Amino acid sequence: MSILINADTKVLIQGMGRTGSFHTDKAIAYGTRMVGAVHPSKAGTVQKFTGETDHSGVQGRPDGYDVDVPIFRSVVEAMSETGATVSVVYVPPPFAADAIMEAAEAGIDLVVCITEGIPVADMVRAKRYLQDRETRLVGPNCPGVITPGECKIGIMPGYIHQPGRIGVVSRSGTLTYEAVYQLTTIGLGQTTAVGIGGDPVNGTNFVDVLALFNEDPATEGVIMIGEIGGTAEEEAAAWISANMTKPVAGFIAGTTAPPGKRMGHAGAIISGGMGTADAKISALEDAGVTIAPTPSDLGAAMVEAMG
Amino acid sequence: MKIHEYQAKQLMAARGIPVPQGVVATTVDQAVAAVRPLIEETGNKVVVVKSQIHAGGRGKGRFEEHPEIGGVNVVTAGIDGGIVAAEDQVRELAGKMLGSTLVTIQTGAEGKTVNTLYIEQGIDISDELYLSVLLDRAVSRNIVMASSEGGTEIEVVAAETPEKILREEIDPAHGLLSFQAARLAYGLGLEGDAQRNGARFVQALSTAAVELDADMIEINPLVVTTDGKVMALDGKMSFEANALYRHPEVVAMRDFSEEDPAEAAAKEHDLSFIKLDGTIGCMVNGAGLAMATMDIIKYVGGEPANFLDVGGGATADKITEAFKLITADQNVRGIFVNIFGGIMKCDTIAEGVVEAVGEVGLEVPLVVRLEGTNVELGKQIIDESGLNVVSAADMKDGAKKIVELTS
Repeated sequence: MSILINADTKVLIQGMGRTGSFHTDKAIAYGTRMVGAVHPSKAGTVQKFTGETDHSGVQGRPDGYDVDVPIFRSVVEAMSETGATVSVVYVPPPFAADAIMEAAEAGIDLVVCITEGIPVADMVRAKRYLQDRETRLVGPNCPGVITPGECKIGIMPGYIHQPGRIGVVSRSGTLTYEAVYQLTTIGLGQTTAVGIGGDPVNGTNFVDVLALFNEDPATEGVIMIGEIGGTAEEEAAAWISANMTKPVAGFIAGTTAPPGKRMGHAGAIISGGMGTADAKISALEDAGVTIAPTPSDLGAAMVEAMG
Repeated sequence: MKIHEYQAKQLMAARGIPVPQGVVATTVDQAVAAVRPLIEETGNKVVVVKSQIHAGGRGKGRFEEHPEIGGVNVVTAGIDGGIVAAEDQVRELAGKMLGSTLVTIQTGAEGKTVNTLYIEQGIDISDELYLSVLLDRAVSRNIVMASSEGGTEIEVVAAETPEKILREEIDPAHGLLSFQAARLAYGLGLEGDAQRNGARFVQALSTAAVELDADMIEINPLVVTTDGKVMALDGKMSFEANALYRHPEVVAMRDFSEEDPAEAAAKEHDLSFIKLDGTIGCMVNGAGLAMATMDIIKYVGGEPANFLDVGGGATADKITEAFKLITADQNVRGIFVNIFGGIMKCDTIAEGVVEAVGEVGLEVPLVVRLEGTNVELGKQIIDESGLNVVSAADMKDGAKKIVELTS
């Protein structure tokens, strides 16, 4: 079992430019069912993907792949032609929020937005648009979602993952890789890893993902990785304390970050005394989360939390 | 991106938001020349001389060279002595303020050099309020925040008298509605003309915030004049970097002298760099990992010299630039390269590091931790380069090694 995506998930690509094509190729190599793309000026054509299979992904496939991805004019058309239920957005920042809203209007289940640098005001509008619709958004500015051995949506390196027992949810891409790699090394593996993104306005948050992992029978524990800025970690702490039945280990980045400085991610900023790492760490500890003192200790912290 | 008070007021005035009349001056003569027209046109014999720097707390701040004056000075000589007396006082003040170093609660001990003054008309104030428009991340919307406690920092009000802070959410589909603006004006205790003017002000400001993609607009104080007008006595605006591409008029207001030169150079190369006070330079891919690298250096007993995220798609050239930024800092006594290659390949990083060292030299210890895509290839490149590089097994091991090597 897993959350959000699995071996049957059919995925659309919005934004089949250079980046989109590169990662579509990697996803296909991993065994993900990339069934179509949306690109108004290339509609009606087919993009070919061939290469060597990434055997760290879906097992039992031949060593090579040769896949045609048809390109459609709109998400509505692509969905009705392919039966896709998930889309991944690589559209450049000025147009990315529109792509998210188009997918929501078409009634897709899940949009994973990888794009970094979307104006906050655009995301405020997109989030308002999603409010009355069923579509779930993950991201933007995130590595994506992966269910190891089944489906890889996003830019994470597939081979560091391993099917297993732990759910991972994180605001940071590279720190997710740290956690995932340790879980693989110590043999716990992952059920699903979800990057929720480093922007101040995003879709799915810690609480949403924690709730999904809590319900997923295959997930035995969760690693959550937060960082300075906002109050999403504090909200997660409150939710964990009231609802979570599984052990949680965590790490918060930015203990040494100076206030008022944006630490790379648009959302990683301490302002007006809010959003400090210390406040988040103590809220999570109070909720019973085992906090790793450094990212190198995340695997060990998970083992400790599981008793 | 931040702008100066006078620039914020220009943007507000252009949108019909009431601000006092003022003149920008970068020389003493310009400051003096501003006085007569201001007094004659407004009929108010008081003028105010305000330092323009990208930091708050100017009024209570002090000049290093002239500790007897603050960053904002009210010139009252004109009341009894007429325009000439006001001009004399402005001349003396401007002479002291321009080129001097203003230290405020927000500048840090080193202060900021004042290169620009804003000479503004005096205002007959009956009430001082607080107003801001900013993103509330918890609701993913902009909100208007207002308080009757003008002149006080909002953080202080929030801590001591939170009931005095009023909030209205701005629905992005509808904007701030008229009844919300009116509710804020009533809530602030405004009556009559002031109530109508206050509501109008709030509405115009929230529209401006959306139009300009402002991160934050803060008016503190927002003043009510004795004749019921409502205007921005101060104005602070900052803009969201991701949206600057659609606001050339705002980009033109950027003041490079207010920015750290190393941070500005980093931006040119699309690197995310923040200078800190420690001795261990860091080069990392990914913002979260970069932050965590600073944390782990501190955790094992060192002090990071910088935050540096080379991003996901760094080329060897970009790595070289990053290296130059780190080594340009005289405080740096060791460098820690911490890479978890995903899309970023470890061999690319290794090539970049070898190239950079060849170009700029290496006079301090260097610890490299590589993990992820093409890690073996990366390690091989480093090993075969003959450089004096210490390899680390994981990030904690790397942090320990660089701290040991530099202490």
